[in-house]
Amino acid sequence: MADVLTDRLPLFPFRSPDEDPFTPVTTADRRHLDGPVTRVRLPTGGWTWLVTRHADVKQMLRSDAFSADMTRPGFPLLRTPPPATPQNRRGGFIRMDGEEHLRLRRMLTAEFMIKNVRRIEPLIADVVDGALDALDGAGAPADLVATFALPVPSLVICHLLGVPYADHAFFQQRSAVMLDQGADPLAVRDAATSLRAYLGGLIETKRTSGRPGDDLLGRLVSDRIRTGELEIGELIGMALLLLIAGHETTANMIGLSVLLLLQRPAVWQRLREGTDADADTLVEELLRYLTIIRTGLPRQAIRDVQIGGRLIRAGEPATALLSLANRDAEVFDDADEFDPYRQAHQHLAFGFGVHQCIGQPLARAELRIALTRLARRLPGLALAADPAALPKRDMSIVYGLAELPVTW
Amino acid sequence: MSAHVRADRDVCIGAGNCVMTLGSVFDQDDDGVVVVLQPHPDGVDPELLQRAVVMCPAGAITVTTT
Ligand code: SF4
Repeated sequence: MADVLTDRLPLFPFRSPDEDPFTPVTTADRRHLDGPVTRVRLPTGGWTWLVTRHADVKQMLRSDAFSADMTRPGFPLLRTPPPATPQNRRGGFIRMDGEEHLRLRRMLTAEFMIKNVRRIEPLIADVVDGALDALDGAGAPADLVATFALPVPSLVICHLLGVPYADHAFFQQRSAVMLDQGADPLAVRDAATSLRAYLGGLIETKRTSGRPGDDLLGRLVSDRIRTGELEIGELIGMALLLLIAGHETTANMIGLSVLLLLQRPAVWQRLREGTDADADTLVEELLRYLTIIRTGLPRQAIRDVQIGGRLIRAGEPATALLSLANRDAEVFDDADEFDPYRQAHQHLAFGFGVHQCIGQPLARAELRIALTRLARRLPGLALAADPAALPKRDMSIVYGLAELPVTW
Repeated sequence: MSAHVRADRDVCIGAGNCVMTLGSVFDQDDDGVVVVLQPHPDGVDPELLQRAVVMCPAGAITVTTT
């Protein structure tokens, strides 16, 4: 698809040096965008329409004129896809459309309901306190990403799925490769293959044990595999999706949020002393302001559709840039400012439409509990590095900090 | 003026935003599918009802006022 016109388009994802880790698109890069729906070039040689306004992103992600199936020719990919195998797509419902997607998603909705998440809040609190004990016990300084931000969601998702936490280093390393847009396609395929093999073994053990266990995978084995509603290959794909999403998203939200809060002592103090309702409001604003899915959500039009005054034709690629939609001045006053107690509930950090994050009640609870308990336990937490020099995950689908050195 | 709340259970994807926004009006059943607890909510902040409508990612909720 590369041609002379495409060659002249700005390259996306934009990679100007960050003004700070909280700026999704720098002032320099915003100049590349000459309208709310504008064409950009992709590293794979193709191009995509970049949709940046809040209303347009909502309309696009709600519309059935767009497919989420990345195996379609012309789909906007940021990296060369790993070689396809019949197995590696099965169960991955975030890349499916219509009934196929709904069928698998619906098997999980009950697991992540607010009601059920409330029930596991004590478990989340225990996990957080355990991580804080270890952190405080080992003494300052520490890397808060490795000791807190990553282990907390990782332990929680392992516990929910029924995956032994002893194997977490194995998943973390492989899920980071799967999300890294700069990774070698063969390395991505190998990471996926080994994770699938691991999960397949685990599911097989549950299936043959007679007592599959009272965890998400165990319940799906009892309720759906044994009834024939779900195939093992599909369950493996669903488990993989949940494991990766559970490891990376909340972890990066915690890391970036702590960096931001440490630079705002008044907010840090209020987090320590305020109510849960205050903390919930703060979490929504953190989700809006940080929007860690920085490279946006890719789709492909399957029929002609108008978005933001542009005609997007059948077959054309489009990317919903959640991070800029969440800075849309039409919806949020002083959108580029972090305002901890604004009503940010309209943010699109979890996406929108039928693919909106299924784990959002869990993510919200984890963020509130992790941040609140961290602030209470280590009120004197301080950054132990130059914020400008912190290593960032610029090429990952999930943006965040690779390290966060702290002291207390 | 009274509001009438409806939810289309066929299109609901169980994201639970409605329950988060207005737990007195919306709930999810054992499968995670939306249930309207109060089809005619009295004394509920109309702004919150509107918020439940715009926050539903699937467009499953409608509120009509008569
Ligand atoms: S917000 Fe919409 S999709 Fe989510 S549970 Fe409520 S009705 Fe269903």
